[in-house]
Amino acid sequence: MRRRAAGAGVTGSPVAPGAPLLSIRNLRKSFGSNLVLDDVSLDVGPGECVVLIGASGSGKSTLLRCVNLLEVVDDGVIELAGTDITDPRADADTVRSRVGIVFQAFNLFPHLSVLANITLSPVKVHGVPRAEAEARALAMLERVGLSDKANAKPDELSGGQQQRVAIARALVNSPVLMLLDEVTSALDPELVGEVLSLLRELKDEGMTMLIATHEMGFARQVADTVCFLDGGRLAEVGPPEQLLAEPREPRTRQFLARIIEAGRL
Amino acid sequence: MARAPQSIAPAGRTDWQPSPLQRQRLAYRRGRTIRSAVTAALSTLVLLAVVIGAVTSSPGWPRVQETFFNWDKAKESFPAVAAGLWLNIRVMLVCAVAVVILGLALAILRTLRGPVFFPLRMFAAAYTDLFRGLPLILVLLLLGFGVPALSLAGVSFQPVVVYGGAALVLTYSAYVAEVFRAGIESVHPSQRAAARSLGLSNAQALRYVVLPQAVRRVLPPLLNDFVSLQKDSGLISILGVVDAIRAAQISTATDFNYTPYIVAGFLFVCLTIPLTRLTDWVARRQGWYGVGGGAV
Repeated sequence: MRRRAAGAGVTGSPVAPGAPLLSIRNLRKSFGSNLVLDDVSLDVGPGECVVLIGASGSGKSTLLRCVNLLEVVDDGVIELAGTDITDPRADADTVRSRVGIVFQAFNLFPHLSVLANITLSPVKVHGVPRAEAEARALAMLERVGLSDKANAKPDELSGGQQQRVAIARALVNSPVLMLLDEVTSALDPELVGEVLSLLRELKDEGMTMLIATHEMGFARQVADTVCFLDGGRLAEVGPPEQLLAEPREPRTRQFLARIIEAGRL
Repeated sequence: MARAPQSIAPAGRTDWQPSPLQRQRLAYRRGRTIRSAVTAALSTLVLLAVVIGAVTSSPGWPRVQETFFNWDKAKESFPAVAAGLWLNIRVMLVCAVAVVILGLALAILRTLRGPVFFPLRMFAAAYTDLFRGLPLILVLLLLGFGVPALSLAGVSFQPVVVYGGAALVLTYSAYVAEVFRAGIESVHPSQRAAARSLGLSNAQALRYVVLPQAVRRVLPPLLNDFVSLQKDSGLISILGVVDAIRAAQISTATDFNYTPYIVAGFLFVCLTIPLTRLTDWVARRQGWYGVGGGAV
């Protein structure tokens, strides 16, 4: 089934001034008896960059996956621009065309060229004519600095380049919100910089972002707000200069101490 | 803009109850599930009614029913066909064991490295090429009628069922060898490197590291081949062995009523269904669906 073309109308209903673009209230998610998200509430305003930190298994990735409807929540509400996307009647494809997600392992399709990776969703899901989709994809590749790699296969690129392609792929549907799940964790240290500077530029252009990361330096630079997740609960929320420098919660202090010990801050 | 949660609940709450909104959602989803089930049942019934109606209203149906679906004839032929099936089951079990052993040996021969092993590699490759290409029925005829005609002491003059079983083993071990080889080659070379780095010999690396992973990975397609072997065991009837198919043929020959074939077919389906379900179950339990892909 063809849906209406992306572009016009996809960026969606305008957010009322002052209202959050993304509003998560009392979110709960468990896998079997394992409670992964417990009563999480969080607002993200338009153009805001919220960074999630916390140990592995604290629920960062699950939170992002819930917002992209890759997981069905157990309870609670996620509103995107005032619409309840956790409503079972909500159309997941419409929601996903407004929310871009980038994964830790890139998840590019290895059998498709870089250009075909980017045009797949516009052409097959949104019915954009191929020529137009390719023009948009090329513009997007230009944007991430890889216009010369359009015809390369993903395995011919470095990890950093692959991740930039994945970001371009997520951006091509003009999402109103970007979710980034530890996008530098699988990269060699010298390749982390190119991805992070791209994200910094996106933020400067006004993109709303929800980022899970272990890069505390990056969090300090780009975050408007840092959230510390501990055992599936939001243990502390605050501006980066406060939370990363003078955490109020003992659990946050412990976590940051271990990070500093590991030389990551 | 971001606000702290209004309240942080104490850790490890066990008294969680779904909120009214969540209860509404669950009720809605239950409603959808029921609607889907009803739709599925209705569409199945309609399709069945159409097919059954079309077949039974055809002009020749009464004669077809009399010739192929005669209840009395089915009851009469059932004991002989079932007794024949017992032979099929025994042939299948013995052949399956032989096929696994021979197939695994061939697969290992084909993956041997080093110029010394070239003749072995070539033999294994030629064997699989030949017996995957030859129609099973031709192998059956060659062994069943050709080998006895040789009048060789020890090889000829065996019971006919032995030739039938040998033909099945020759053909199926070629297929199974290729399945095993695909499994062995799908184990990443780094696994072998890690095993060798710990001092394991090539054979030990194969035995303790590569093969266990390979066999686990190819178990579902392997079981698929055994489902196929199970029903192809009916082909040995062309040599004159009285298995289920042959028993049905004998019964048919008395009055040209084909119902015994339907009885044999029904029994074969009943025989293969458990193995098919086992295949699905093994595949699911291993998370076999979706092992492809992964990071580039």
